[in-house]
Amino acid sequence: MEKMSRVTTALSGSALTGRTMHCHLDAPANAISVCRDAAQVVVAGRSIFKIYAIEEEQFVEKLNLRVGRKPSLNLSCADVVWHQMDENLLATAATNGVVVTWNLGRPSRNKQDQLFTEHKRTVNKVCFHPTEAHVLLSGSQDGFMKCFDLRRKDSVSTFSGQSESVRDVQFSIRDYFTFASTFENGNVQLWDIRRPDRCERMFTAHNGPVFCCDWHPEDRGWLATGGRDKMVKVWDMTTHRAKEMHCVQTIASVARVKWRPECRHHLATCSMMVDHNIYVWDVRRPFVPAAMFEEHRDVTTGIAWRHPHDPSFLLSGSKDSTLCQHLFRDASQPVERANPEGLCYGLFGDLAFAAKESLVAAESGRKPYAGDRRHPIFFKRKLDPAEPFSGLASSALSVFETESGGGSMSWFVDTAERYALAGRPLAELCDHNAKVARELGRNQVAQTWTMLRIIYCSPGLVSSANLNHSIGKGSSCGLPLMNSFNLKDMGPGLGSETRLDRSKGDTRSDTALLDSSATLITNEDNEETEGSDVPADYLLGDVEGEEDELYPLDTEHVHPEEPEYVLPQEAFPLRHEIVDTPSGPEHLQDKADSPHVSGNEADTASLAPVDSSSSLLSVSHALYDSRLPPDFFSVLVRDMLHFYAEQGDVQMAVSVLIVLGERVRKDIDEQTQEHWYTSYIDLLQRFCLWNVSNEVVKLSTSRAVSCLNQASTTLHVNCSHCKRPMSSRGWVCDRCSDRIGGLGRKAAQHPPTERSLPFPGATAVPACVLSAIMWLKVCSCGVRAAVMAAIFSTS
Amino acid sequence: MIVADSECRAEIKGYLPFARGGVAGPGTREEHQEGRARRGPRGPSAFIPVEEQILQEGAESLEQHLGLETLMSSGRVDNLAVVMGLHPDYLSSFWRLHYLLLHTDGPLATSWRHYIAIMCSYLVGSHMTEFLQTGGDPEWLLGLHRAPEKLRKLSEINKLLAHRPWLITKEHIQALLKTGEHSWSLAELIQALVLLTHCHSLASFVFGCGILPEGDAEGSPASQAPSPPSEQGSPPSGDPLNNSGGFEAARDVEALMERMRQLQESLLHDEGASQEEMENRFELEKSESLLVTPSVDILEPSQHPDILCFVEDPTFGYEDFTRRGTQAPPTFRAQDYTWEDHGYSLIQRLYPEGGQLLDEKFQVAYSLTYNTIAMHSGVDTSMLRRAIWNYIHCVFGIRYDDYDYGEVNQLLERNLKIYIKTVACYPEKTTRRTYNLFWRHFRHSEKVHVNLLLLEARMQAALLYALRAITRYMT
Repeated sequence: MEKMSRVTTALSGSALTGRTMHCHLDAPANAISVCRDAAQVVVAGRSIFKIYAIEEEQFVEKLNLRVGRKPSLNLSCADVVWHQMDENLLATAATNGVVVTWNLGRPSRNKQDQLFTEHKRTVNKVCFHPTEAHVLLSGSQDGFMKCFDLRRKDSVSTFSGQSESVRDVQFSIRDYFTFASTFENGNVQLWDIRRPDRCERMFTAHNGPVFCCDWHPEDRGWLATGGRDKMVKVWDMTTHRAKEMHCVQTIASVARVKWRPECRHHLATCSMMVDHNIYVWDVRRPFVPAAMFEEHRDVTTGIAWRHPHDPSFLLSGSKDSTLCQHLFRDASQPVERANPEGLCYGLFGDLAFAAKESLVAAESGRKPYAGDRRHPIFFKRKLDPAEPFSGLASSALSVFETESGGGSMSWFVDTAERYALAGRPLAELCDHNAKVARELGRNQVAQTWTMLRIIYCSPGLVSSANLNHSIGKGSSCGLPLMNSFNLKDMGPGLGSETRLDRSKGDTRSDTALLDSSATLITNEDNEETEGSDVPADYLLGDVEGEEDELYPLDTEHVHPEEPEYVLPQEAFPLRHEIVDTPSGPEHLQDKADSPHVSGNEADTASLAPVDSSSSLLSVSHALYDSRLPPDFFSVLVRDMLHFYAEQGDVQMAVSVLIVLGERVRKDIDEQTQEHWYTSYIDLLQRFCLWNVSNEVVKLSTSRAVSCLNQASTTLHVNCSHCKRPMSSRGWVCDRCSDRIGGLGRKAAQHPPTERSLPFPGATAVPACVLSAIMWLKVCSCGVRAAVMAAIFSTS
Repeated sequence: MIVADSECRAEIKGYLPFARGGVAGPGTREEHQEGRARRGPRGPSAFIPVEEQILQEGAESLEQHLGLETLMSSGRVDNLAVVMGLHPDYLSSFWRLHYLLLHTDGPLATSWRHYIAIMCSYLVGSHMTEFLQTGGDPEWLLGLHRAPEKLRKLSEINKLLAHRPWLITKEHIQALLKTGEHSWSLAELIQALVLLTHCHSLASFVFGCGILPEGDAEGSPASQAPSPPSEQGSPPSGDPLNNSGGFEAARDVEALMERMRQLQESLLHDEGASQEEMENRFELEKSESLLVTPSVDILEPSQHPDILCFVEDPTFGYEDFTRRGTQAPPTFRAQDYTWEDHGYSLIQRLYPEGGQLLDEKFQVAYSLTYNTIAMHSGVDTSMLRRAIWNYIHCVFGIRYDDYDYGEVNQLLERNLKIYIKTVACYPEKTTRRTYNLFWRHFRHSEKVHVNLLLLEARMQAALLYALRAITRYMT
């Protein structure tokens, strides 16, 4: 109540009006200060010292206090302050150590009143007593604070900061005798003006210089400090030991801090370097500024609230030689632009996400996603009616726990480690990867690899005899094959889409559709037969017969003029290879899996069982007969990659992308590729597969991705002999060469390359843009000691 | 650019074949040790006599310094470290930065860092070795023209930083950062700049203290490298204490003490000089620094031919900040761009570790004191140290508003000024004579202390100019 009445009295009669505006000064400003009447502002700098009247629409220069022809260093101002009791009284701090007071009531042109030359070094700050008319305080680089009585020629008392430079001094607004001073070494001191012999209290507030401080206008005990360490801290000084209440982390050294009037938790800051904006923070919300003023083009050097009881007008001076009035309603509010959604994986696979409450609420009403058997282990929602931001951007946080055992990703690790991505002909890569996938029981993936091989590898690899044998109906036969594959993968919706895609490339779309359905049906039949009658060894056994059964069915729908189908001889070694390695049970399991998968989906008709395609493999050789250029399939391959990525198997997408290289890259837009790459790399690193992730980075063609390996330039190597790190002394270990005496003979015999690192499993870590996160991960995995960051230059 | 090291030639020859083979040869080290053994009584410095007890102390205190061993990657205490070890507190922070700049992970490739160091420093020999060991391309060592375009672009700013840092403008920065095939990133540039200034100022220290190159035991004529010209002019006895002028020197110390006392008192009584006078005093000091320029005859370039291939414009040297008749660049106002406020904040953003260590190093150097002056102890030397620091900055055109440059005149004797000016601006011209002439009654460790101030003040001055240019570029 009391506050309210005070506000009204303060503002009564002349409620502040104005708009966001600026005016050009002749020179950079170092500091500004506002007159008590809120209608005038003084700007001081190295070569400027002027008073401006703040009018409705503009600033009007009222008085130039720099008089005289010769520029004097006494006028080179580091700081300026306007007395809050006396409208005629100003004080400036000069860079040469002089404190000057000015009396605007003087009739002469020169308003200079008194000159105090007691400081030996630059005076950084001057401050009038809030209620006492004649008391002025100064803080200087020389480590002293002096208190002046303006009725006397000399200082009344001197306070020593023990030869540490004083950066700011501020009288407490509530305690008559108290003032705070901040120091270059990070300390804050509290003094009683009557006791110059020693400070009342001292504590270390910041790491590095404390550039500024400000007492809370209403709260007796609160002091805000800002330092070079980019922090703003709010201290409660009423307790026995200064207690840190709030801490705001900004992005640059904090040059000034000023509490916002009438807003208990708001303060404005500007920075010393680099960042030109003025921020208004709510100290309870230290991560996002409540408001931001972006008018200045160079660092802001002085800020002042126009009226001690009006929170909406902020004045600022800047190195860019402008004086600005900012209106709070015109400020940009970063909160509005903030994305209130977030998602993050925990170390053990837990998943947390935050989203707008409205979204979460809507979600909860819906039926949970069928495939998701996991539930949030906790669900947090801030319920604070006093919270001022709840309307703006409040999020609900949910955390999901991994189901123990359920989310085993061993297949991922195995696949990542065993896949071959480069260094061999495409056909070999595909075969190898198909084999790997099959061994891990991922038949669909294996299938894809095999098909890719067939699509992209030059027909020369397959003997001409094989080419000729096939049913020749070429496209129409081949396409259904592809289709069946795609259909079963993508489910009904996507499948039909593919069908359409494909039909674009095929003149006889009708036939093709017929074909595909026919093939599918056949496949279905086929699978059933296999599943029931010929378990496991159908691959080995008389595939011929089955295929014979199969093909005539197909041929019915296609051009009959093609020569009779002959089983390709070359298919056998391939199949042998496949059969040799996996054991029977795995196959059975696969078979059991596939119906399960299809059973989950609604439209069984369009689904081809996974396993049947194994038998179709041999058929697919027929494709070469068609002499279709691989380009023809690029649309399908692209869709296939997208499909895998959507399914969450970004590993497949990236691997195929790398293996196929130029053949498909042009069909997929850069951003998607980059997204896949980064996701895959992230996953790899999550599983500590540093080598693989490095290889992927190296092989990627996306610029943004390959940059990941270029941020750091250091190769850490351990000596193979003594296991100590060899810090950049080349390939010879100092210690060992010393001890052995043979000048690294031993080391030379066993050059400590990566292969001889003590922990071959964890050899390389790219310290990159993501390094902070990655190192954390490394630590938490306990691999750090074992990990030698290695960078494979991608140049 | 400032180069004295001649051993490098031999070293390069020794290394090149190995380097081509891919692995640095193991033989060199052995040779090195033998060389050290054979060197006998030669001390680490040409100026400071070996017998000087304090040098041994320096080496010992150095060994005592825990953690230094690991920092000094070379695993050996080199001459530089022995001399600098007279001030162990400083040495440790110096090495920390040195190690960070050259060996710790950072934006620039290690071999590049050594190449940059080669471009500007005395330690060419050891950097060449390291350059090759860290996988540098031996081709580059044939000259700057063989180095990549990106590195060549740095040579202009290298030249300016070394000799006339006040000429660096935001256009230079712009040219380096302009996007293109050979552009620098801001982080890389900052590291390169710190490295360049570090090497330049290190060169000042090396010449200023007459530190001998490592391991050239054969006594080849080149072993006198750090003090090539007018060596013959120096007095035969290197020990000032035994000089006939000993008494005189002692009187000088007394006089200096007296003046410091007077200044202290005058400050208390506050007889502040007028503004114009202050202004004049700075100008006077600046222009007087013109007069303490080494005589013209030794000004002609005496660069070592080996190194010239890394220098694009060998005739470019320090030119007096205020040369009469020419348009003087505006004075750098120290208060408008200080290291503590602005320089640190900028570096902190782009090269945080470097900023921290630089800050510590400047602080250690500026506040280092043993409260002694010659044979007196318990003296507050802050005034003298500040005079030296500000005088060095004055030579580079940096003016402190709150400093009365009359103090410089009273506290720094003419020989000291000559020495400071020479070491700061033409380090390769430093002779034993100039070293011996100043502060004749002072200890060698105190003279080394002056050199530390020189090193740091020079580095800070160059950095401030460079960082100010970057700041201007960024705004």
